[in-house]
Amino acid sequence: MGVFGRIRESLSRTKQQIVERFDEIVSLADEPERRTRAVDVDTIEALEELLISADIGLSATDRIIAAVKGRTRSGESLRDLVKQEIRRIFDSVDGPVAVPAPPQVTLIVGVNGTGKTTTVGKLANVLRAEGRRPLICAADTFRAAAVEQLEIWATRAGVEMVRAREGADPAAVVFDAISSAKAKGRDPVLVDTAGRLHTRVNLMNELDKIRRVAAREVAGAPHEVLLVLDATVGQNGLTQAREFTNVAGVNGIVLTKLDGTAKGGIAVAIANDLKLPIRWVGVGEGIEDLVRFSAEEYVDGLFEEKW
Amino acid sequence: MFESLSTRLQDVFKSLRGQGRLTPENIEAALREIRLALLEADVNFKVVKAFIDRVRDRAMEQDVLQSLSPSQQVVRIVRDEMLALFGDAQGGLADTTKRPRVILLLGLQGAGKTTTAGKLAKWLAKQGRHPLLVSTDVKRPAAIQQLNLVAEKADVRVHDPAGQLDPVARAKGALLEATNKGFDVVIVDSAGRLHIDDELMTELAAIKAVTDPSDLLYVADAMTGQDAIKSAGEFNRRVGVTGVVLTKLDGDARGGAALSVVSVVGVPIAFAGSGERLEDLEPFHPERVVSRVLGMGDMLSLIERAEAAIDQDGAARLEEKIRSNEFTLEDFRDQLKTIRKMGPIEQIIGMIPGMSSVKGLAENKPDEKQISRVEAIIGSMTAEERRKQHIINGSRRKRIAKGSGTSVEEVNRLLKQFVQMQKMLKSLGGMAGMAGGGKKARRQAMQMLRDRH
Ligand SMILES: Nc1nc2c(ncn2[C@@H]2O[C@H](COP(=O)(O)OP(=O)(O)OP(=O)(O)O)[C@@H](O)[C@H]2O)c(=O)[nH]1
Ligand SMILES: Nc1nc2c(ncn2[C@@H]2O[C@H](COP(=O)(O)OP(=O)(O)OP(=O)(O)O)[C@@H](O)[C@H]2O)c(=O)[nH]1
Ligand SMILES: [Mg+2]
Ligand SMILES: [Mg+2]
Repeated sequence: MGVFGRIRESLSRTKQQIVERFDEIVSLADEPERRTRAVDVDTIEALEELLISADIGLSATDRIIAAVKGRTRSGESLRDLVKQEIRRIFDSVDGPVAVPAPPQVTLIVGVNGTGKTTTVGKLANVLRAEGRRPLICAADTFRAAAVEQLEIWATRAGVEMVRAREGADPAAVVFDAISSAKAKGRDPVLVDTAGRLHTRVNLMNELDKIRRVAAREVAGAPHEVLLVLDATVGQNGLTQAREFTNVAGVNGIVLTKLDGTAKGGIAVAIANDLKLPIRWVGVGEGIEDLVRFSAEEYVDGLFEEKW
Repeated sequence: MFESLSTRLQDVFKSLRGQGRLTPENIEAALREIRLALLEADVNFKVVKAFIDRVRDRAMEQDVLQSLSPSQQVVRIVRDEMLALFGDAQGGLADTTKRPRVILLLGLQGAGKTTTAGKLAKWLAKQGRHPLLVSTDVKRPAAIQQLNLVAEKADVRVHDPAGQLDPVARAKGALLEATNKGFDVVIVDSAGRLHIDDELMTELAAIKAVTDPSDLLYVADAMTGQDAIKSAGEFNRRVGVTGVVLTKLDGDARGGAALSVVSVVGVPIAFAGSGERLEDLEPFHPERVVSRVLGMGDMLSLIERAEAAIDQDGAARLEEKIRSNEFTLEDFRDQLKTIRKMGPIEQIIGMIPGMSSVKGLAENKPDEKQISRVEAIIGSMTAEERRKQHIINGSRRKRIAKGSGTSVEEVNRLLKQFVQMQKMLKSLGGMAGMAGGGKKARRQAMQMLRDRH
């Protein structure tokens, strides 16, 4: 199946209730003789429920529903209309980030326990396999054994790691890592930060400080700030994205744990409301379990019939 | 971003002021708002559906339809029904005479199991118990080390035989060590796992089989969405769950997952985690989460404290002023005095619904010293200035700053904050209706909250 197809695979691993339910909902409305009529109220309601149950949230759900409700169809299937609208939401966010002059600095941020450290390890591995020479920076100087955890990932990925000097603050480690990357020609610098709730002002300010230090050392840094979201997260994910964007300048999302039964629908809401793209998807705990996001695959995985 | 349910309902019912009575159509409009509020709070959509039906039945009763304060009545029904869902479960650990008793922590990846293990150990040690910790997580990098460090911080012992990498053997070994050395509680931390991971669920069942836990605590992240009941349900089905630990409640997630898990999976919430420190754990209080889901802050504690500090008639007058938007700097100063009587300012602010989201408040949480300065500034104003803050121009500001021994910037800041506050109070009309709506409303609110204690 290769790398492509892994998003689909993980989305459908569980003989997804969502996929089955979606089939059920659209099948009637998509019978040939009904395809020229408006979708009936019960179907709309069921569809709305389905979207909500995927954590897509009210505002994005409203948008998707509005695209199909009361619309006289000329043969299009409801299935395609729904998928198309979600695709549109993803299409409206910006494309890939330009690769800057080295060293590129990437910050990995997010609330507690979403999978930041694991993602840094996996990401270092993918990028190294693609011919880059990443350097990992251990800027979580707070959580018990966070540095030890990351060190194991660095070894697995076969890349170097810069750790904190005893009692140093996170911005100082970032400074060290950038200096080291410059000296040794490493690129990109992947910075693992401590988990923090967006409501903790002091901890959020710490991210701002890291940004400022990075910007002083490398023009335009941090070039990439990835917010790691757990696919199980509910409506709070939107608040997280908004707050982390305000303070830390998030410009991309990593959606982890998509190998579970949660579908990470809040990412649709985030794309819709905040125009933030999903960059990567975590599909397991192994080092290979990180793939580039593909809207097409994601939407297919959510709603594909049989494949 | 979120409006409290009472504010939403206030808006729904505003249109019918003067009509005096509710109609079934009004109720449907209210139910729609309740539905939206619950979905935004991540309450599972199936739970929401069933819940709305129950609320509808009760709201159609005559006394509600004829009530003069329908929004309060409906909020009250919603609260009642929610609290009923949580039942009388008291939180904390199960009763057992087993020595050593075993607590097994389980759940999805990153939920907070290892941290909770440390918190529980500390909580138990404080009560004079002798807990022994053991990690059975041989999978996550540095997981065992993490628990060791947490244990060190909590000043409790861990069972960690070097080189033993079989989860079941580790758990068994801990039980043995506890029996031999007289530890009376064994807390077993387990690796995070997906509920659909057959192999790891089987492993968990094996750990359970050799340790026979009195408490199987499912650790759940309060930020979880609609999937919460699937995972919790599956852990319960495959391994068994006796209680839930809801973590990360220190954030601003509404925690609707809690309601869903309790009502669908049928297990009570045992503990609430509200921070990364080892002290941040307490037995669960249903009414707190209900308030949260409804966006009402910790109303119970707030009302209790306010009751103790506020003179009732004064409160009714103030309430009227807030409603009619006549809240002045003078009233503000009186309020500050009252608030001081209620306790540490940080705590109070945290209990007020919506307050935590007011911009600027979180960054500079007012401390007692700041309050004194604010009081000094207001004290240096003339009576007229206090009533009409808009007349305070540049030269007046200079005079006030000088008189109060502060700076013009501080005076400016206060005036700006005051205007913000006026706006916020206006929008909080709904809450005022609950908390300060005259003696009767308050008595009702208190009664209804106490009924559930
Ligand atoms: N199933 C699954 N588990 C994952 C995935 N990504 C991370 N995890 C697991 O989630 C848990 C938390 O991962 P970490 O990388 O430690 O999370 P973190 O965000 O660094 O956590 P803090 O630093 O404590 O905030 C670990 O058990 C990981 O193995 C994923 O894509 N799928
Ligand atoms: N803010 C906050 N963070 C918490 C709370 N409980 C745990 N955490 C944090 O959440 C993250 C994950 O906690 P862990 O205890 O490692 O979670 P776990 O369930 O053991 O994770 P795995 O073993 O990987 O499945 C860490 O950053 C903890 O500090 C809480 O109540 N509030
Ligand atoms: Mg980490
Ligand atoms: Mg753990």
